[in-house]
Amino acid sequence: MSAGDARMEDFRSDVGDSGAVCVRGGGTRWGVGGWPDGAREVSAPSGIVTLEPAEMTVMVGAGTVLSDLVGDLAVHGLEVGMEGPVGSTVGGVLMVGRSALRRLRVGTIADVLLQADCVGADGAAFTAGGPTVKNVTGYDLCRLLVGSLGTLALVGRVILRTRPVPARSLWLAGEVEPERVLEATYRPSCMLWDGVRTWVLLEGHGEDVDGTAGDLARLGLTAMEPPVLPPGRGRWTGQLSNGGVLEVGSGVVHQPDDGGLPTVSDGVRRLAGRMRASFDPSGRLNPGRDPYRVAA
Amino acid sequence: MPGRSRDPLVRALVSALDAKRVQVGDGARRLYSRDASMIRGGQAGVICFPETTEEVSACVVAALAHGRDFVARGAGTGLAGGAVPCDEPVMVVLTRMDRILEVDVPRRLAWVEPGVVNLDLSRHLAGTGLHFAPDPSSQQSCTIGGNVANNSGGPHCLLYGVTSAHVLAVEVVLSDGEVVVLGEEEGDSVGYDLRGAFVGGEGTLGIATRICVRLTEDPPEVATLLLDFMSVGAAAETVSAIIAAGMIPAALEMMDQRVVQAVEPFVNAGYPTDAAAVLIVELDGQPSGVTDEIRRIRELASAHGARSVRVAADEDERERIWKGRKSAFGAIAVIKPDYYLNDTVIPRTKLAEVIERIYEIVEEQDLIVMNVFHAGDGNLHPLLVFDAREEGVMERVLAAGEEIVRVSVAAGGVLSGEHGIGLEKKRFMSLQFSPADLEAQQRLRSAFDPTGRANPAKVLPTGASCGHVTSLGRLPDGAWV
Repeated sequence: MSAGDARMEDFRSDVGDSGAVCVRGGGTRWGVGGWPDGAREVSAPSGIVTLEPAEMTVMVGAGTVLSDLVGDLAVHGLEVGMEGPVGSTVGGVLMVGRSALRRLRVGTIADVLLQADCVGADGAAFTAGGPTVKNVTGYDLCRLLVGSLGTLALVGRVILRTRPVPARSLWLAGEVEPERVLEATYRPSCMLWDGVRTWVLLEGHGEDVDGTAGDLARLGLTAMEPPVLPPGRGRWTGQLSNGGVLEVGSGVVHQPDDGGLPTVSDGVRRLAGRMRASFDPSGRLNPGRDPYRVAA
Repeated sequence: MPGRSRDPLVRALVSALDAKRVQVGDGARRLYSRDASMIRGGQAGVICFPETTEEVSACVVAALAHGRDFVARGAGTGLAGGAVPCDEPVMVVLTRMDRILEVDVPRRLAWVEPGVVNLDLSRHLAGTGLHFAPDPSSQQSCTIGGNVANNSGGPHCLLYGVTSAHVLAVEVVLSDGEVVVLGEEEGDSVGYDLRGAFVGGEGTLGIATRICVRLTEDPPEVATLLLDFMSVGAAAETVSAIIAAGMIPAALEMMDQRVVQAVEPFVNAGYPTDAAAVLIVELDGQPSGVTDEIRRIRELASAHGARSVRVAADEDERERIWKGRKSAFGAIAVIKPDYYLNDTVIPRTKLAEVIERIYEIVEEQDLIVMNVFHAGDGNLHPLLVFDAREEGVMERVLAAGEEIVRVSVAAGGVLSGEHGIGLEKKRFMSLQFSPADLEAQQRLRSAFDPTGRANPAKVLPTGASCGHVTSLGRLPDGAWV
């Protein structure tokens, strides 16, 4: 049994098999989807268990602070397609389930999680997914867990897909319509639009980035850091609200206040209700939290 | 004639569709009792050809009302028996739902019906600068609905990801006939990622009736390289070295000598028939990045003993290199008439040792193996070729297949990379998963399908058994890997 296994056993024991319980990560977005009223707080194990650059995977405790993992991966020229506030943990970022700003390059957060070692509502440990990047063995529990706010199972340890860090990154901006910027670029990593100005993040081989930057200069774009994004989030409805910044191609608007809750059909609500009841019949995991009570 | 059937289920289905689109004849029932694998299950019950979501729902409701299971089916190119019927179910054949409903070029998405053939979508997109990235070798016949059911891969999913990464939303008929739309055209999932959970469900979670797929930009530059090696181990080590060096090619495929020798006479791709293994490496992206990666791969290949590195000079040469890879299985009949294709994934760093072990296993069973596979993903496709008329050969084929699965899992791998579990591998699920792991998977399934009528007896090792899943018959023409 490795040290990682012993810590997972402690985690399982902490979660137990009765009483309302939740995992506290960095607490940076603790109110997303509601507060887990009265639930006992436990911590997930932290630290890298195994980092295998040649496999492009890393096994890490869910309680690991994301920035620590990012630092350790950077030593090997690697990154994970996850972003979170300062102090947020790997598990917390996965459970909140918001894709990184650079999602157009690194993929959605649903594509990052390969395997999750969990404790179920019944107190039993189980593993979702598998250690390899390519895997269609059984049902895709990992994707179901991402964004579930810990309401289906509590995640203690994960295997994440890593990616090579691009050789060069460059933000540019100019008062140009995003469509024109998109036409002039190949797979930009991020595009932001505030209704007047478009920011674009180019990443890749240095000469390619410089070449595209040259093309964009002719459209009036120059090197410029991205804007400080407002704290609220909403879903793109085709109209930018006042002070909003659209993440082009991802459907997210960063705005001063959270937008309204998305509409959900009765059929999907029933299916989601069955899902939660199936995994947690007694409602002990993160009671009070609802993944459908999240603006975007 | 279905129109005059006394069977109340058939009458209900005829009334929901029409007599021509409900078949009960022996010929149809035999035809729809097989997929492209050699796995035998039971027999199809009634075969339906719905053309709308409402008709699919009506088929499901009729099956449920008459106490019958239902099994969705696309082109039947599956290799794990996922669409093979067990207990005379209602077969819901989706090939008539083959319309491309909407292509939104600026937003890079398309809505399609499940019966759209994979390659037809990319052909339809010609000139838009976009394509549908999942490219299973069966792409000229498999359907996008089938790709969703199996979370299909293909050579280019090394860089672009498997089907799940390319499905934004999906309209699903659940097992009680209710229609829901899972996922979003844009943005992270609202609430649970039920779309992500559904993809790869092998028809056990409901039936996809409309699919919103992500379209991928065509790369401005593509380079296809052919590397040849005097040992399989050296080729495998080169694969690991490329990934470890921080490069993710668009595709990274390996073919061993037996495959090369079988294929070369047909495609004249210029594969070196005396090489122990060749790698096909495809790089795409912007020109400088591609040029730089060609240089780095040349260096790595040379350091690992590659005899030559050839870069396809033009589109014609590139197509021939790929044609050899994609049509590899058509050429195999010259060696033996039957084959059993496996599909496992192992850590890339274990490629050399596991392939060596596979050669040993096959030799122990006195069989022939051909290896043509997605090396960059560690996704093995050992192909056992044999003549089913030989006495006792089936037992040896099955024994070798089982041992290959065991060796893959023991090496830290998984049971299936892209073919799915279906009937073929459900008995192996406990090699990879504990009872608690499987119970968690069952919880997901039960939430989608409380009725237990959606393609039962597949994927999970619990529940009803089905036919003679270990009996292998002769492979139908036109099977793919």
